[in-house]
Amino acid sequence: MVQKLDYLKETPSQTAGPYVHIGLAPGAAGFSIFERELGWDIAGPNAAGDRIRVEGIVRDATGAPVKDVLLEIWQANAAGRYAHPEDPSGGAVEEGFRGWGRVISDFDTGLWSVETVKPGPVPGRAGALQAPHLNLWIVARGINIGLNTRMYFADEAEANETDPVLRMIEQAHRRETLIAPREESETGPVYRFDIRLQGADETVFFDI
Amino acid sequence: MSRDTKGDYYPRDRQWQPPAHAPGYKTSVARSPSQPLLSLETTLSEATGPVFPPQDLGPLDNDLIRNFARGGDPVGERIILHGRVLDENARPVPDTLVEIWQANAGGRYRHRNDTYLAPVDPNFGGCGRTLTDAEGYYVFRTIKPGAYPWRNGTDSWRPAHIHVSVFGAAFAQRLVTQLYFEGDPLIPRCPIVQTLPDPEAVAQLVAALDMKAAVPFDCLAYKFDIVLRGRRSTYFENRPEGN
Ligand SMILES: [Fe+3]
Repeated sequence: MVQKLDYLKETPSQTAGPYVHIGLAPGAAGFSIFERELGWDIAGPNAAGDRIRVEGIVRDATGAPVKDVLLEIWQANAAGRYAHPEDPSGGAVEEGFRGWGRVISDFDTGLWSVETVKPGPVPGRAGALQAPHLNLWIVARGINIGLNTRMYFADEAEANETDPVLRMIEQAHRRETLIAPREESETGPVYRFDIRLQGADETVFFDI
Repeated sequence: MSRDTKGDYYPRDRQWQPPAHAPGYKTSVARSPSQPLLSLETTLSEATGPVFPPQDLGPLDNDLIRNFARGGDPVGERIILHGRVLDENARPVPDTLVEIWQANAGGRYRHRNDTYLAPVDPNFGGCGRTLTDAEGYYVFRTIKPGAYPWRNGTDSWRPAHIHVSVFGAAFAQRLVTQLYFEGDPLIPRCPIVQTLPDPEAVAQLVAALDMKAAVPFDCLAYKFDIVLRGRRSTYFENRPEGN
């Protein structure tokens, strides 16, 4: 026998279920309870940088839209700083920029959409730079443990080319599942980011 | 170097966590990735995450008995739900946001998509949130939720449960789970519980009756500790070149 290592086990995950909105977006569940719901102000009006919209549909293995999905986005500001004390800058960002947002899909169509600012490149490991990206966390009924992925920007082709995470994806064509094309709209640029949970064009998900 | 130098997060134990594809829980079949997850070493993007200042929350946010009451108390068994948020190194996770949501005592959710025949309780919303204190401690007051039927098999019932969402200090620690109640015979019958491969992992989700925290002639108490991923300590400088 040997001594026991006294690490604890991580609490096991369970699906967020179909009524996740009650807890994390009660307005969408159909009632108002908190003075302020969290996650609707990823980048307030005072946030610096290019204002963009990101939209998409999460689809299941059969191609059907997932209409009860909830996504969280975590991102750096336009200068590439995270609003967190471990950022090399100490986490000081402009007033009104939080970098974290919550978005749910439309119950009828599955379309989700969020307004934010485009992030700058952020430091990677060993002195490398990471291309601008959004970090996403996806939960829904039928998802037993939250799925992590990233969205990169199609108009950052040069930075994407050298991004250390994109380069780790062995099948080069699968990198495309993380790169959102840019379209122009009357209200400004829109990046389209469809997520495929399973199938031929399955999105790359990370064990972060 | 000090013991507190922060390194990478420990990889998730995927044998302990539920697999994405768990056919007994039918909805997971079409919603589970079939390609392996790509393992990432921690970068700044995963080692950081949202910070919630106390002013984000209201004074009644952790009291589900009062935070939606419309002139009366909700029906059901009054309980205190409390515990600590720790990491795998058994260190407290302070100042982190814990959110919960649940059905009422009859098993009905206040949600536009819930059509179960049990009635909505006019005095019960079913959600709450709080920040852990400096020792990682949190507390809610609520009503014990009821079991409810759901479409999986034709006789599938969810054990009484409360959904829990926790942030931790970094996006890498983000977790959503459900807690169950000691002694509930529906726990081992539930296809969602059965997504967990290890009975010890199920036990970790069962809150214990805690009479020491109960309030005499007012409410029972259940204790539920939550463990988030830990991270390595770096004892010696040993960095790859160029860093
Ligand atoms: Fe539930």
